[in-house]
Amino acid sequence: MSLQKKIESIQFELASENLIRKLSVAEIKDPTTYADDGYPMPGGLMDPRMGVIDPGIKCKICGGRMNDCLGHIGHIELIRPVVHVGYAKEIYRILEMTCRKCGELKFTDDERKKFNEALNRGDEEECTKIEKEVRKRDDESCPHCGAEPMKIKFVKPYSYYQVMGKDEEYSILITDIEEWLKKIKDDDLKYLRISVRPENMILRVLPVLPIISRPSITLESSTRSEDDLTHKLVDILRINERIKATIDSGAPQIIIEDLWSLLQYHVATYFDNELGGVPPARHRSGRPLKTICQRLKGKEGRFRNNLSGKRVNFSARTVISPDPNIDINELGVPKLIAKDMSVPERVTEYNIERLRKNILNGSNYPGASRIVTKDGKSKRILDNNKEEIAETLSTGDIVERHLTDGDIVIFNRQPSLHIISMMCHKVRVMDGKTFRINIAVCAPYNADFDGDEMNLHVAQSEEAIAEEEILMGINQHIISPRYGGPVIGGRHDHVSGMYLLTNKEKISREIALQITGGILELPEEKTEFTGKDIFSLLLPKDLNATYVNKFKENVIIENGKLKEGNIDTEGMAGELVQEIYNNYGADAAADFINKSTKVAIRAIAINGFTLGIDATDITDDAKVKINNRLDGAEKRITKYISQKEKGELKPIVGKSLEDTLEDYIMIELGKARNECGEVAASALVDKVPIIMAKTGARGSMLNVTQMSATVGQQAVRGKRIKRGYINRTLSAFKRNDFSPSACGFVRSSFKDGLSPTEYFFHAMGGRETLVDTAIRTGRSGYLQRRLINSLLDLKVDENRAVRDSGGNIIQFLYGEDGIDPSRKTLVYKKQEEKFEWFS
Amino acid sequence: MKNENKIKKDIKASKSQKNKSDAEHNDNNDESKHNDNNDETKHNDNNDESKHSDALVDVGEAVGIIAAQSIGEPGTQMTLRTFHYAGVVELAVPLGLPALMEIVDARREPKYPMMIIHLKKAHMRDITAANNVVEKLKEKNLIDVCDMHEDKENKVIKVKAKEGVEFGNEAVESVLNSVKRGKKGIKKDDKGYFIVKTSSEKAYYDRITKLQQKKIGGVKGLKKVYVSEYHREYVIVTSGVNLRGVIDSKIDEIDKFRIETNDIFQICDCLGIEATRNTIVDGMKKVMIEQKIDVDYRHLMLVADTMTFTGEIEGIGRAGIVSEKPSVLARASYEETEKHLFHAAITKEIDPINGVAESIIIGQEIPLGTGIVDVTYSLKQDKTKK
Repeated sequence: MSLQKKIESIQFELASENLIRKLSVAEIKDPTTYADDGYPMPGGLMDPRMGVIDPGIKCKICGGRMNDCLGHIGHIELIRPVVHVGYAKEIYRILEMTCRKCGELKFTDDERKKFNEALNRGDEEECTKIEKEVRKRDDESCPHCGAEPMKIKFVKPYSYYQVMGKDEEYSILITDIEEWLKKIKDDDLKYLRISVRPENMILRVLPVLPIISRPSITLESSTRSEDDLTHKLVDILRINERIKATIDSGAPQIIIEDLWSLLQYHVATYFDNELGGVPPARHRSGRPLKTICQRLKGKEGRFRNNLSGKRVNFSARTVISPDPNIDINELGVPKLIAKDMSVPERVTEYNIERLRKNILNGSNYPGASRIVTKDGKSKRILDNNKEEIAETLSTGDIVERHLTDGDIVIFNRQPSLHIISMMCHKVRVMDGKTFRINIAVCAPYNADFDGDEMNLHVAQSEEAIAEEEILMGINQHIISPRYGGPVIGGRHDHVSGMYLLTNKEKISREIALQITGGILELPEEKTEFTGKDIFSLLLPKDLNATYVNKFKENVIIENGKLKEGNIDTEGMAGELVQEIYNNYGADAAADFINKSTKVAIRAIAINGFTLGIDATDITDDAKVKINNRLDGAEKRITKYISQKEKGELKPIVGKSLEDTLEDYIMIELGKARNECGEVAASALVDKVPIIMAKTGARGSMLNVTQMSATVGQQAVRGKRIKRGYINRTLSAFKRNDFSPSACGFVRSSFKDGLSPTEYFFHAMGGRETLVDTAIRTGRSGYLQRRLINSLLDLKVDENRAVRDSGGNIIQFLYGEDGIDPSRKTLVYKKQEEKFEWFS
Repeated sequence: MKNENKIKKDIKASKSQKNKSDAEHNDNNDESKHNDNNDETKHNDNNDESKHSDALVDVGEAVGIIAAQSIGEPGTQMTLRTFHYAGVVELAVPLGLPALMEIVDARREPKYPMMIIHLKKAHMRDITAANNVVEKLKEKNLIDVCDMHEDKENKVIKVKAKEGVEFGNEAVESVLNSVKRGKKGIKKDDKGYFIVKTSSEKAYYDRITKLQQKKIGGVKGLKKVYVSEYHREYVIVTSGVNLRGVIDSKIDEIDKFRIETNDIFQICDCLGIEATRNTIVDGMKKVMIEQKIDVDYRHLMLVADTMTFTGEIEGIGRAGIVSEKPSVLARASYEETEKHLFHAAITKEIDPINGVAESIIIGQEIPLGTGIVDVTYSLKQDKTKK
């Protein structure tokens, strides 16, 4: 166990000229990076004093080797001072608030007092207000020395002008600004709301980043390609030299100033290459250079890409596929991956034999890849040294062995929007090349098997493994913290299967054995079962529960026996699971899910359950009914339209006549479709689609209606389709025809097939949903990022109050009752939520 | 053990307190509709003591992250549509994701500012009363009720009340007097027009636009006012919000306790921060129910509380809560990286590293969950073993 050092805090500061010189290990003068012999130029940008980049060489400064030496900064002496772009605006603010002659603040005594008070109160707004007042007074002479007023104009990104008359402007030299800033007294800094000497915002010395942070790349053709920052620094050095030469040659001031502004440009773009007002510095190829700010900023920047989130070792990724035969908390891992992943295991007298075997196996499956001996030496296990290592193995060593059955790993699917997008599984090494998961855990990951890939992470310490097992296990996450109901449970065929099973009256022992064999034990004396008997075997022996299922029937369970009602999705992944979870714990609920899904699948396989094209066939009688219903609706709509044209239609309060008509039409068509759906449903009783829709296995009654009765009104932007050509939607219709069929009403069912116009309308509606989802993912992603960033520090303290990272209390008792949402059903009864709102 | 007992006691106390306050709550509010957030009723509290302590949140739980995820994750399932109310462009009810963003952003001006004003029970079904209220509420400017003659050459504006408008010439006169500088009353010519004189051409144009927009009646800011029927009751829907104005307008038919608006800043000014917080919770729940997404109230309340706990409304975003964080690194890793770093340098800012984002950046244990527990290890014992 090593003691951990902890960083208490980090302070930021602006480096002064002298500090930079002090920290610097080399003054960089030479713009040539490499000499002709290919070695870096001393005093050039690749000066080895700034850190080693080649393996094997010791750093001259710190003595460290390649990975120990983090590099050292160098410096460039700028011939003329330049503004640090990040502070150009800040300097302008300071200039406006101080006198150019005496460096005194332009504050009046009253303002000083007020400002001080506001500062002590922490009232930033008041401070800004006073500051604004002061800055407004640029036409008054200095109250301290009486110096004439001076109007300053700041032009982005880094130029300052003195405004004399209406069109008279003179640029202010940076040297003058530097002088000015130096005059400001230390005591006055707090009125300027800064804590550093303002002249440090002017650069006389430019720090040069160590070579490590701007490594050059050697291309295939053995030509060197330098980093963008190196290019920028070369530019700065060149200009710097040129200024020096020009000054020495005694050239006129204007030429020097021109070069000076060029130096300013290069130094500015060295910091930030996305400045407004000047063109970005470009690479020879025309690509804008990536300088310091660009490296830090944004999604691909250092902060978000390398510091807040990192690439990790001990992870694997492959396609997932379903395996209903493994438990929900298991994960089938391909042998190939198991061999590549390693788990450090400390050798004790209890596992030494097993680990020795692992070492002897070497790279063959249950093997080991590396050993860390007690004295801290790490050795790879190879075929030629494995015998030796196995012999000398002793307790206290750490063996990095292959992943084996029962290891704890984290499994994850992106986008990780949820706490339950990352959960812990127990490894089960398998043949094949895909990860295998139980279908019941697809819901929290939002995974399916159409090519989805998922990631696996192996924890590397006992502490981490313990935490994962206890806090992140699948069983612990059966109940969603979002709404406090189960997210994991039987779905789709599990539901249909269990429904069919619990509906069966007579099941012979033979069939019952087929259903339950290897999962449950049948009572020996019985020869005939009902489906409910078999289901009851899954339940804990003393469970008592009543709930309402999807059919609005009461399901009654007494002493672990299902007495009444059928099992549907409420039973497989709803109230029943919840009830078991609450009364018998997470593991019992997981056990129920494991067993019930397996039983359901066998039941459905024996019963047979196929959705064929004929499953949506309806009787001719029903067809006639549907047609009559639709005809009736169309008739009524034509009546409404003619009424409207005659002006007889009365508008609904608060709506225009057109909207009223649209409303009526939509209501009429909606009604018609619902009624058609009912007709279809009654014609299809107990057929596959109806069972699926009603039990909640898959699909809805609407889907059934659309397949066998009528597709219904297509909507774009929530309205009937009315745009397209002049006064008509498609060229197939007459002008000013606003009958249902001309405005996107699809009368046919999917099975009958759509007419060409109907097909087109349907495509229009379909396109809208497609566009919608594309936009939505981006928007909701950003919303989530903002929410997380705002709330990520909140935690429950010892008294169950909610506090943020600053210790502020957000809530005195979490959620006003201190109850965890995922455990709320322990204390509260579920009740329909009633809420009135404006529609 | 002691500690545990203490916590239990605390919870007991808070529980009973909660019940009490609940009871008070319901007594005081006859419009309890807005505040009736309790979606659950309690079990019989006999042997539920242990169950209750089982159901308590774990200490150190990252409730903020869970709340954010619970609201953000279903975002992908919400619609993007904005429902234009009654086909009027200014009046729209955003649905789903945009509605949620509107609440959470907490911008000073909502995109579609609107109010829903309910009438007192006696007038709920009375359309004429509703129409009356509409007339009283609608903002009326001089241009709506006056004939205005513009005399460009003499730089004179002639104003006279239109006939058949409820505002007579007296009202117009008083309005004009209030605009006029100087103490003398406004002059009237022989045709009954009030004469407003201006000095220069610029002043003339300024005056015209100013006069035209001068409010003479109604409530300021209510540009469009409609009657609408909803839940078998006539309500008044306005585009533009002036909560204070409506409350102060003293129109008898209006039920002051049932005015809804989406402008949370006005609610904050008028009714205080607690009301604002409740509006935020209700608004989010409304969106969630309408989108058929089940989200626990606790998550919504936590978001609303973080937005309002300082006493002022802070949005979820770079200008709001994040900007208040004490850590430079946390702010820099969110948005506007360089701004925060530059500023930190000149103010010699100290990053206390006690939040999650900065701890991750530094590579230290995060102060949540198991990360807030420290284990002390005695080195002395170790030595004796050796």
